[in-house]
Amino acid sequence: MADQITIAPDPQNTVAGGKPVIRLENVFKTYDLGEIQVQALRGVSLEVREGEFVAVMGPSGSGKSTIMNILGCLDRPTKGHYYLDGVDVSGMSKTQLARIRNRKLGFVFQQFNLLSRTSALENVELPTVYAGVPPEERTKRAMEALTRVGLADRAGHHPSQLSGGQQQRVAIARGLVNRPSILLADEPTGNLDSRTSVEIMDILQTLNNEQGLTIVLVTHEPDIAQYSKRTLLFRDGKLKRDSLVTDRLVASEVLKTLPTAEEQAAEDAATEAPGPPDVPS
Amino acid sequence: MNTFRLALRALARNKMRSALTMLGIIIGVGAVIAVVSIGQGAQYLVQQGIQAMGTNAVFISAGSNRAGGVRQGYGGVKTLTVDDMNAILQEIPLIKQAAPALSSRQQVVFGNQNWSTTITGTAPNYFDIRTWPIQAGSAFSEEEVDIAANVCVLGTTVEKILFGDQNPIGQTLRIGNLPFRVDGVLESKGQNVTGQDQDDVIFAPYTTVQRKISGITWLQFIAASAVSQEASVASVAPITSLLRERHRIRAGNDDDFLIRTQADIADLQNQTQATMTYLLGGIASVSLLVGGIGIMNIMLVSVTERTREIGVRMAVGATEDDVRRQFLVEAVTLSMMGGFIGIIFGLVGSALISNLLSWPTLISGKAIIAAVIFSAAVGIFFGYYPAHKAAQLDPIEALRYE
Repeated sequence: MADQITIAPDPQNTVAGGKPVIRLENVFKTYDLGEIQVQALRGVSLEVREGEFVAVMGPSGSGKSTIMNILGCLDRPTKGHYYLDGVDVSGMSKTQLARIRNRKLGFVFQQFNLLSRTSALENVELPTVYAGVPPEERTKRAMEALTRVGLADRAGHHPSQLSGGQQQRVAIARGLVNRPSILLADEPTGNLDSRTSVEIMDILQTLNNEQGLTIVLVTHEPDIAQYSKRTLLFRDGKLKRDSLVTDRLVASEVLKTLPTAEEQAAEDAATEAPGPPDVPS
Repeated sequence: MNTFRLALRALARNKMRSALTMLGIIIGVGAVIAVVSIGQGAQYLVQQGIQAMGTNAVFISAGSNRAGGVRQGYGGVKTLTVDDMNAILQEIPLIKQAAPALSSRQQVVFGNQNWSTTITGTAPNYFDIRTWPIQAGSAFSEEEVDIAANVCVLGTTVEKILFGDQNPIGQTLRIGNLPFRVDGVLESKGQNVTGQDQDDVIFAPYTTVQRKISGITWLQFIAASAVSQEASVASVAPITSLLRERHRIRAGNDDDFLIRTQADIADLQNQTQATMTYLLGGIASVSLLVGGIGIMNIMLVSVTERTREIGVRMAVGATEDDVRRQFLVEAVTLSMMGGFIGIIFGLVGSALISNLLSWPTLISGKAIIAAVIFSAAVGIFFGYYPAHKAAQLDPIEALRYE
């Protein structure tokens, strides 16, 4: 390979000793747009093991979205193989891929993508409907998932009655409900303010630490990538750098340093309307 | 069914739109149910009316529909006679009474009015057989028949045209060129099934018409009355064999006469009414079609609006079949709910109208079942294309949809 790929010493062994849940073998993806052919991925090989927390980064057109689509079984490689939990899914039919997505993958999107005018509980239940789970079991599992993200008391609320952070937590619960191997998150904090973003990263880190959930996250923000354990940098359709995160951020610690919502509001109010000099800030 | 409930929940998310979409089906089904129910009520009424007229009548007309390969009709066949009639009266006890009839068109003159009308020669008991009462004066008598008297009885149309407000009884008019005294005027009968004015007629003794007006001795038809409704139907066979024998018709050849019972006529009426009802029902069904197109339009809009949602469903594991089935069930749920509401509206509507017209309210079970099946079919047919479009969406594109 002509291009340099910087790999930190033994990333897999230091990060986790688990089996590979994701293995890409020389994956190519070409889009045929009539006159032009776009090569979105040009020979990507990588491995993600159980329990890892990986951030995928890169500029526009680097192939990071394409990689996520392939990892998420929403698209198939033009050439090469994708082994998910040891199974080659590269040649599977659309229906088979749908079943794989249902059983093995959880999705979290930048724009939450919850069903409107539907309760949080029903939103979380959605993947179980397509898994053919009977109604009582569905509700049980959904409530479990909501509890894991701390929203059991909001089960009946509709998205319009939830804050951005709460909606994203419902989305995470939905991603967990079928107990998948991997959670795929596409810019999960893109639509959230700074504090809420950290709260979400806190949940993801907790899920990763305590339950060993493998997480692959796409982001363009280096700050967010600092919460993960390993970064994959893409450029021009190739994996340019695969490195461990140094000086990793721990969300729960960061939260302590950030003002709470109330304190933030008070600070904003103080800065807006300058009162008499002896008012404490 | 589970899918049904999920569909209901999806439709409930946008109640206004679902309601408006159903409107087409509701109107379509309602219209069909109402039209068919009212039509059946009308049919029932007509039947009742025919029943009241007396269903014992048997009409034997000369000339069948296919005599010798050529359609003979009135006047073509010359074999029906008064002797035939007497033979029937003598030998077939099922027949209570009979009257002969022959007609010709003649110019009739009174004062400075003239009119071309049908002169029918018959016997006095004809009016009884046809339940056609005299409203003024009297019918001619048996004696007047015997002597072929120049007397006549007028239908109300002829009376109005020739006499206006004057009293016609006892007056003399000219039929052909012969003077006739008016003995009576009949009650109005109105139009018959084929739209002809039954009151545009003059009756005279058949002997007079045979000898002095038309010059023919054979009859155009015999009007008879049986002892009961069952007897009228039972008399057809014996009359047929009697006449075939008298007319020396060989086996294998067609009859040279046609026998119709009142029951036959009632049947024909019924059929005509039924055809009308179904025709109107068919026209009303067009609105059902329009309703179906409405469903398809709204489902297409709905699919476009829910593109993101479809993408999410696919991402979490919905297959093409799952998506297609979901939207198809939503469409069928819409159309069937519309169908049920339409049936209720249709029944209520027809009950109201029937009440207004004092008609009996008849509920056609067949129409209701047809309406249910049709609504389901409309839902499946018009829902299929949108459902297919939804299923064919690419999840990646759908998730990116703004």
